[in-house]
Amino acid sequence: MKKVGGRFALLGAVLMLSVAFFLPSYPQLYQTLPEWLKKVLPTKGITLGLDLQGGIHLVLEVEEERAVEIAVDRSVNAIQDLLVDKKIPVESVKRTGATQVTLAFQQGDLKEQIQKVLEEFPSFFEVEASRTANSLVYELRVGEIKRIKDSAINQALETIRNRIDQFGVAEPLIQRQGLKQIVVQLPGITEPKRAKDLIKETALLEFKLLDESSKLAMELPQRIPKGKEEEVLRQLQGQVPEGDQILFEKVVEKDSGREFRIPFLVKKRVMLAGDVLSDARVSIGQFNDPYVSVTFDAKGAREFDRITSENVKKRMAIVLDNTVYSAPVIQERISGGRAQISGTFTMQEANDLAIVLRAGALPAPLKIIQDLTVGPSLGRDSIDKGIRSTLFALGMVVLFMMIYYRLSGVIADFALALNLICLIGALAGLNATLTLPGIAGIILTIGMGVDSNVLIFERIREELRQGKTVRLAVDGGYDKALLTIIDSHVTTLITGLALFLFGTGPIKGFAVTLCLGIAINLFTALVGTKVVFDTINQRRKVEQLSI
Amino acid sequence: MFEILGKTNIDFMGKRKIAFVFSGVLMLLGILAIVQISRGAANLGIDFAGGTAVQLKFDHPIRIDVARKALESHGLVNAELQEFVDENKILVRIKTATTIEEKVADRVVAVFSTEFPDNKFVVNSSTEIGPTVGHKLQQDALIAILVSFAGIILYIAARFEFRFGVAAAIATFHDVLAVLGGFYVLDKEITLLVVTALLTLAGYSLTDTVVVFDRIRENLRARRRDDLQVVINNGINQVLSRTIVTSLTVVLVLIPLTLAGGEVLHDFSLALLWGVIIGTYSSIFVASTVLLIWPGGPGRLLKRA
Repeated sequence: MKKVGGRFALLGAVLMLSVAFFLPSYPQLYQTLPEWLKKVLPTKGITLGLDLQGGIHLVLEVEEERAVEIAVDRSVNAIQDLLVDKKIPVESVKRTGATQVTLAFQQGDLKEQIQKVLEEFPSFFEVEASRTANSLVYELRVGEIKRIKDSAINQALETIRNRIDQFGVAEPLIQRQGLKQIVVQLPGITEPKRAKDLIKETALLEFKLLDESSKLAMELPQRIPKGKEEEVLRQLQGQVPEGDQILFEKVVEKDSGREFRIPFLVKKRVMLAGDVLSDARVSIGQFNDPYVSVTFDAKGAREFDRITSENVKKRMAIVLDNTVYSAPVIQERISGGRAQISGTFTMQEANDLAIVLRAGALPAPLKIIQDLTVGPSLGRDSIDKGIRSTLFALGMVVLFMMIYYRLSGVIADFALALNLICLIGALAGLNATLTLPGIAGIILTIGMGVDSNVLIFERIREELRQGKTVRLAVDGGYDKALLTIIDSHVTTLITGLALFLFGTGPIKGFAVTLCLGIAINLFTALVGTKVVFDTINQRRKVEQLSI
Repeated sequence: MFEILGKTNIDFMGKRKIAFVFSGVLMLLGILAIVQISRGAANLGIDFAGGTAVQLKFDHPIRIDVARKALESHGLVNAELQEFVDENKILVRIKTATTIEEKVADRVVAVFSTEFPDNKFVVNSSTEIGPTVGHKLQQDALIAILVSFAGIILYIAARFEFRFGVAAAIATFHDVLAVLGGFYVLDKEITLLVVTALLTLAGYSLTDTVVVFDRIRENLRARRRDDLQVVINNGINQVLSRTIVTSLTVVLVLIPLTLAGGEVLHDFSLALLWGVIIGTYSSIFVASTVLLIWPGGPGRLLKRA
């Protein structure tokens, strides 16, 4: 006699474990459970993938080359400042290429003085081969380039995290992928466009003085239609003085809603940048128009005080990501360490601007290289369709097995139910993410799950045909089918593993359900149904098997 | 006992010439599909080719030709449109090699909101994939295919004899090619999900092959004197009903999935459905035939068994 008690206990334990793991995935039921039970039960269950609950999945790439250029530009500014401080009359300091700084000067005897000043910038070294009588070329060291790129992605990661935190998303996923990519997953988000803008905005805030002394400033058109910016820039090419640039302000006509651009001639030199901000808040102005008031930190306040006192009656442009927001005249010295950014905002735009300013600027622009957005209604729809086809498929297979194998078919159906419960329990236990292809994986498991039993039953039938007794036929059927079943499962498992290793997102979800389904199937088919047959054989001597 | 097939005695191997022609055509189509894919001339999904897909759900029905005109008048000329009539849904696909910075999805949405102000819609889903990502996904898919094929061949070769492994691999390859060829002929999009289906299929179609091979091997051991063709035919006939029933149960679940699983899963389940049927055929007519025509007699087949 074979002992069946132990195996029944095992099945019971597995079932209970599966249910326990699954419970947290069904909040309506989970909430009604008594406290002591909740303490023992796991707290996290199955998570729905983005394709099922809606949301966005972005892969962003940091434009590393830009980050390096921006860093070199900043050094150019610093070098220029120091040369001015030391009263060394160089003609120009410019970034040439991505990583070089070229200094030009008239008097040849300045060379040594300049070289001495540049010693204070150890991340650069002189390219002696490019030296001429009137110019010196310096290049950023390779190690430094690597450091800048590396810190650019970390800083971008940090900034995005800050922004998302302030935007308020439940369970966001923000992580680095590979060398220069960032994956952002925001499940269940309802305003995808707004979230994307918020993430992508570089939010580089700069204060720049207008160049009002140049003749060109007078000749600039008052305003131009939206979209003509490139054309205007082309026309003015060559006329823009050295060290100046043309930037545009966006204007929306209140009555007609038409958009215009106002060109400004500003000095390239950044007087103050957004990294000295300590806070940014939305306020409401006189005419009920929202603006953003920013507060500088101590260093920024000192700088702002100095700049404003030196430039009274001049105009200063407040520039965000190369767009002028306003260009007020400095009426007097401003010592409080505060400034206002006004423009034609809606309340929401002002809010988002405040968020990005508080969270800090991105070290370089980001490129969205992959963008998957799923609306919440589609996810709901997919779940409904998934459940419907699962039930339909289940019904077909259960019926087929009952008709074809009679009582044995019912036993196989019992194993199938066990298989599904364990599969869902295992998915919950692993906190796996259920995706739409994952549901397809579950459905496939239904179809493949009964295969093992089909193989066993056909073998039992064969043994019975040879005239063996029921018990011998059952044992023989299981023994002989075992290797075939294992072989056929392993081949599917191999492809499942390959999909898991090289698949992304939804595909991974499919691979997980497929692999788990197959592994669990081995257990339920070999232990689950066998124990039932053994029980039947144990109770009485069975003359005929319903198979 | 309720049986679909009683005891059968079909001369499968005798029909191998017809099967050879049939399989040859299927495989040629599959090879053609691969050539076209590598030339970039096949209908690759945007997850591989890069591009934009936007699915819009309207309040009222919208005609596809009207929608196309609207898009074309705004410069979106190479859009592929697909409609899901009963749900007022339209899927707009644009494969562009340009960068994602252009925000094609936003442009599509803007076109529909200006051209059809009375027919409100929601964006059900939008997907934008840059060319570099598409390239990466192509590579990953290729590696996954190679790894799983290598794994399968190694496993079968270890469990059976080497030529069983080769025969199984040929049959599996045949199935994948047949589905790929079918998709090419029907001009269906080859997406990441379809490739997933192909891989799953490669694993699953082996199930039938393993069942048949197991029996052939068993018979070969027991009946060394018999003619190889007879042994193979007998083996196939003995396991014919289980080969068919196991495939049938999977077909039974794939039918509802194809019909009611929604558009995302439709092509995926179609590939599997087509593949499972072909897989059953190939375990009999391709895998076993390769064993039969393998040079050397049954004795050599069993050298290491």
